[in-house]
Amino acid sequence: MNSEERPKDNLISRRRVLGLGVGLGTAAALTLAGCGGDDDTPAASGDGGKTYTGPKVDLNLWNGFTGGDGDIFKKLVDQFNTEHQNIKVGVATYRWEDYYAKLPGAVSSGNGPDIAVMHMDQLATFAARQIIQPLDDVASALELTEADFAATVWNGGIYKDKRYGIPLDMHPLGFYYRTDLMEQAGLDPAKPPTNRQEFEAALTALKAKNIQGFWMSPFQFTGGMAGYSLVHQFGGSLFNRDTTQAVYNSPEAVEAVTWCVDLVKNGHSPANVGQDADYVAFKAGKSAFNWNGIWQINDLKKSPDVKWGVAPLPQIGSKQAAWANSHNFTIVQQKRGADANKTAAAKVFINWLSEHSLDWAAGGQVPARKEVRDSSGFQQLTEVGKLAPELDYAAFPPALPGVGDVITTFYTAFNEAVLGKKDPKKAMDDGVAKANQLLADNAKKYGA
Amino acid sequence: MAPTRARVRRRGAATPYLFLTPYLLLFLVFALLPVVLGVWLSLHQWDFQLPNKPFVGVDNYRDLFDSNSVVYSFWWESLGATGIFTLLSVPLLVVLPLGLAVLLNRAFPGRTFFRAVFFAPYVLGVAVIGLLWRFLLDANLGLVNRLLGLVGLPDDTAWVTDLPWAWISLVGVTVWWTAGFNAVIYLAGLQDIPGELYEAAKVDGATAWQRFRHVTLPGLRPVLLFVVTTTILASANLFGQSYLITQGAPGTSTRSVVWYIVEQGIAQNDAGRAAAMSITLTLMLAVVSVANFRIFRYRED
Repeated sequence: MNSEERPKDNLISRRRVLGLGVGLGTAAALTLAGCGGDDDTPAASGDGGKTYTGPKVDLNLWNGFTGGDGDIFKKLVDQFNTEHQNIKVGVATYRWEDYYAKLPGAVSSGNGPDIAVMHMDQLATFAARQIIQPLDDVASALELTEADFAATVWNGGIYKDKRYGIPLDMHPLGFYYRTDLMEQAGLDPAKPPTNRQEFEAALTALKAKNIQGFWMSPFQFTGGMAGYSLVHQFGGSLFNRDTTQAVYNSPEAVEAVTWCVDLVKNGHSPANVGQDADYVAFKAGKSAFNWNGIWQINDLKKSPDVKWGVAPLPQIGSKQAAWANSHNFTIVQQKRGADANKTAAAKVFINWLSEHSLDWAAGGQVPARKEVRDSSGFQQLTEVGKLAPELDYAAFPPALPGVGDVITTFYTAFNEAVLGKKDPKKAMDDGVAKANQLLADNAKKYGA
Repeated sequence: MAPTRARVRRRGAATPYLFLTPYLLLFLVFALLPVVLGVWLSLHQWDFQLPNKPFVGVDNYRDLFDSNSVVYSFWWESLGATGIFTLLSVPLLVVLPLGLAVLLNRAFPGRTFFRAVFFAPYVLGVAVIGLLWRFLLDANLGLVNRLLGLVGLPDDTAWVTDLPWAWISLVGVTVWWTAGFNAVIYLAGLQDIPGELYEAAKVDGATAWQRFRHVTLPGLRPVLLFVVTTTILASANLFGQSYLITQGAPGTSTRSVVWYIVEQGIAQNDAGRAAAMSITLTLMLAVVSVANFRIFRYRED
């Protein structure tokens, strides 16, 4: 494992920058202190996150890691706190839904955190609403470039030519399969289907043995995310290139959704699958396949009697694609004026955690940082590692303020199609009409 | 003597207002002020994070009635959804608990136990009953369909993803959940009706139905007014059940109006539109409530 080398590298680089950094850091802190925290232009302070040598500061960090990932995150933070005598990071955890609703109010009343963890598709909204601040200096000071990350993840953090998020990880949709059920159907569990032909053949073989192959959920989690992946696989997209129009009623997109609907029509999936029922059925051995988030790996590991494997999504359409999202670190704007020391310390923390994201990978996420993915330590995390290749073709939502509401129209249309309420084409057309209204409305509102 | 008494009277004149002050302050700060601010918000395009909060006049209201606006179809669909739910649930929630209360008002062994049983679901939070019923009603894995199958009935009803079943589920769950509360209110009302009236009616040869019709119902009139009004308002506030059990499915057909308002205000950060919708909904409910009072008062006269 590289871990023997990596801390040494860190040590060297830290020592090297310490010589440089003390001078630079103090100078920057002094200059900024002189400015008295000008909050109209919250930007560069310190040396961008290499070191922090100022007085002891307390930082607050908010996240939504309510599952097993939360424990791992806290352990990492504890480690950081012991290694850094002059920085103390305190963590508060909320459910993601509450978190995104709570954060703006907290920030505008001056009670917000210093660092906030955020999904990639939220960055643009929160940047446009001036809740988080640009981080370009962190990226340049730490010499982080696209090469250190997967391009898709790295570019997702940019809004209006400025970087607002440093990616921590990415969590794609994966293909889970029951090895025991595959064996029963005479399929080789060592070779899960990788393309349309193999996938459909496997479903047919399972059906012949009276085993339910798939549960096509009509809800965003996880059917809608499967549909989203397939739209991209078939060569479609949710939006046009400059995200001014929704285009998920294109022939490619409709073909993708029709494929999902046909799974139900052809009896490869039961009709009217409820929320979470697809995953419950998979765990109970009532479904051979399930397309679900990478976060289920740790949950499945808790049930030793479930015989399962995980692989990248099979390529059903003309190219590979998979829905994915990413957790990003952001620095929050402070209504009462930025504290240069806190901002500098926050950047040190973000850089440190990004470098230590291998431990985070044990929480069931693919680290965003390339050097961590290439380390032998990561290679040993077999299940998570199996989904790492998806990083190259992951389909992230675009950086657009208010995009969440617009994407919801796709999930609603998908729901109507899979439940047989509307013909796929009609459902997508109706959805696109509403999406375009919302896009125009958002453009007016955010002045995009 | 006289001046003292006058002073007391003068001082006494302030007493009722002094007693009312604490609540009045709370009312002003937490009820009246938010309403006034809500009206103010509704006249703006208001995202509290954005520096620019332009005054838009009545645009937010006009959008609700303009079929070309972005909110029009969502707003009327969600309003229709709440309307359907209210029309289906209110009659059941007014009549069933009344029957329940009449039964539970009789003397029989285990009466306290049954009173507790029928009231029990009401103490559960909406999150609990929502998750519980979502899984019980699941079309493929749920206990409800399993039991129906065992007795030879169709076992593939899509209770939460198809119409009209989704409405039947939502109304059924809500009746199960809140009927006990209305029953307790009725029960209190029943105990206020003097026993002599029933005795007199019996002496006059009234049947059980006639005693119910001419003694119980008139005796319960003020209670009925209360139950009908609060039940309509509670049903019109439908949110948690559809948010958790059907999640709006199919499509957005079971998304309630309160849910949509919350989404506008908190998820889409448009407090101005959300406020305009809230105020319009409030006015609609006020009309219904006034009509309600009129109907009951008319009968009283």
